[in-house]
Amino acid sequence: MLSTGPLGAAVAPPGLDLQSSFIDLAQGLGLTAGAARLLWLPLPMVLVLVGAVVGVLVSVWLERKISAAVQQRIGPEYAGALGVLQPLADGLKLVFKEDIIPARADSVLFSLGPILVVVPVILSWLVVPFGQNLLISNVGVGIFLWIALSSIQPIGLLMSGYSSNNKYSLLGGLRAAAQSISYEIPLALAVLAVVMMSNSLSTVDIVAQQTGAGILSWNIWRQPVGFVIFWICALAECERLPFDLPEAEEELVAGYQTEYSGMKFALFYLGSYINLVLSALLVSVLYLGGWSFPIPVEWITGWLGVSPDAPLVQVITGSVGIVSTILKAYLLVFFAILLRWTTPRVRIDQLLDLGWKFLLPIALVNLLVTAGLKLAFPAAFGG
Amino acid sequence: MSIASTTQQICFVVLSATTVVGSLGVVLLPNIVYSAFLLGGVFLSVAGLYLLLNASFVAAAQILVYVGAVNVLILFAIMLVNKQETLAAIPGLLLRRLLSGAVCAGLFALLLRVAFTTAWALPGPPPVGEEATIRIGEHLFTDYLLPFELASVLLLMAMIGAIVLARRDVFTTDVITGEPADQGLIEKERTPLLIETTTPEPTLLSKP
Repeated sequence: MLSTGPLGAAVAPPGLDLQSSFIDLAQGLGLTAGAARLLWLPLPMVLVLVGAVVGVLVSVWLERKISAAVQQRIGPEYAGALGVLQPLADGLKLVFKEDIIPARADSVLFSLGPILVVVPVILSWLVVPFGQNLLISNVGVGIFLWIALSSIQPIGLLMSGYSSNNKYSLLGGLRAAAQSISYEIPLALAVLAVVMMSNSLSTVDIVAQQTGAGILSWNIWRQPVGFVIFWICALAECERLPFDLPEAEEELVAGYQTEYSGMKFALFYLGSYINLVLSALLVSVLYLGGWSFPIPVEWITGWLGVSPDAPLVQVITGSVGIVSTILKAYLLVFFAILLRWTTPRVRIDQLLDLGWKFLLPIALVNLLVTAGLKLAFPAAFGG
Repeated sequence: MSIASTTQQICFVVLSATTVVGSLGVVLLPNIVYSAFLLGGVFLSVAGLYLLLNASFVAAAQILVYVGAVNVLILFAIMLVNKQETLAAIPGLLLRRLLSGAVCAGLFALLLRVAFTTAWALPGPPPVGEEATIRIGEHLFTDYLLPFELASVLLLMAMIGAIVLARRDVFTTDVITGEPADQGLIEKERTPLLIETTTPEPTLLSKP
């Protein structure tokens, strides 16, 4: 929406461009270009923030319902139809809880820790595209920005683990940092293979490179190994169950969250679910074609004989894009939840072995093979 | 003055203030954990300054390398060894502080003089913006190839050194004491404390 680069100026990108429409409208009402832009700026940010929080509520509800189904229970039922209001009730309960800072804890670091965990995750939503122009900012470093921002999170975890003045918290924080460092490397290498194929770090370009032949041109067929590596690492970065050692109940009470209550605990909770939804969205962007529909929309408009530039068609195309991005992401969230409730936790040595001795070499080989295939078949691998 | 440039100036002032105050805190605070966390803040605000200079790739790399790797490792090391022991006061601490303060003040004065006497080419070259990633890649593989490769050789050396230090079994003798460092060798060479004079009764374990 804010793409002002030389590429964006030279080629008018197809699809819905809400920013230019909004600015045209505001200028038509007698505002200057600068003021119109200033009015526009907070809109996508607020929208994405609200979207992220609603996404968390939906995934908390899904988690409760799916875990109930896995364990042959019914799950939340009375709060709203099918218990859809249950996550709201959970959130309200946490808001009204007393905010306790332990007596001998370091109060400044204790309060700063959860903030440092949540803020980078929310910032990373900057680069998630829901359409050709439907993202906050098409920054050139796109996916690299997400990798960089997600590396700030372990500092917040270490901070809260240290400041709680609790052995379990400290151990949980240290585990979280070790896990996060170990899995960042194969994650980045898997992303690098995709970036190599699309010749760009920008998420919009990565999706654009996967359009053309519908479902067949998605990266998952060209990067099956990378897809699996990325998904495992993303789960480890989110501390989801096969890898939730930092907060393993049986060993560490609740890890770095042990001493937290009320809103500060809610921040951790929110952060982990926002991170899960974000990771699922990025998997769908990197490997499942992002906003592209399994059958290219251009083909459908061609069959129907309508112009793809007509305003109504553009609105429909944009909505289809948003819906398919979210559907793909929530399919992955469903798999993550199913994994959480059906797999046992790995041990810390198994976790580090898997990261360093298995995923890292495989990711390196995957990168090498991708480079070779790109040189050999430039047409299919984005030469 | 437009809104964009005002915002830019406010950001610059805030980021510079954070960098200066934060780095003073890193040096002056007695609690090493606070220093380490503040160091992360300083790295982040330097990344913000890079962003203001339109160098988004460098900013992201700064966050990834310095905050995500270096600072986390520093914190990790501090938290693994932090024993809260009371250190004995070093004799002549005041003199040492005065001396290091004087050296730092001298360096600061030198830098100030350089900053004010150099004829800076203002305004600088136009920012390359989003192309920066490609340019950096080109430079790394053409005219900066040798420093790049040397840095990787240095990292490889550090890595091999760390492995050798961690895996004591590759040494047969300790470098400093000259004694066998391998745990297996130590156990073989050490004379047993209790030398048995009679042949022991065959136990359950020693039966074939």
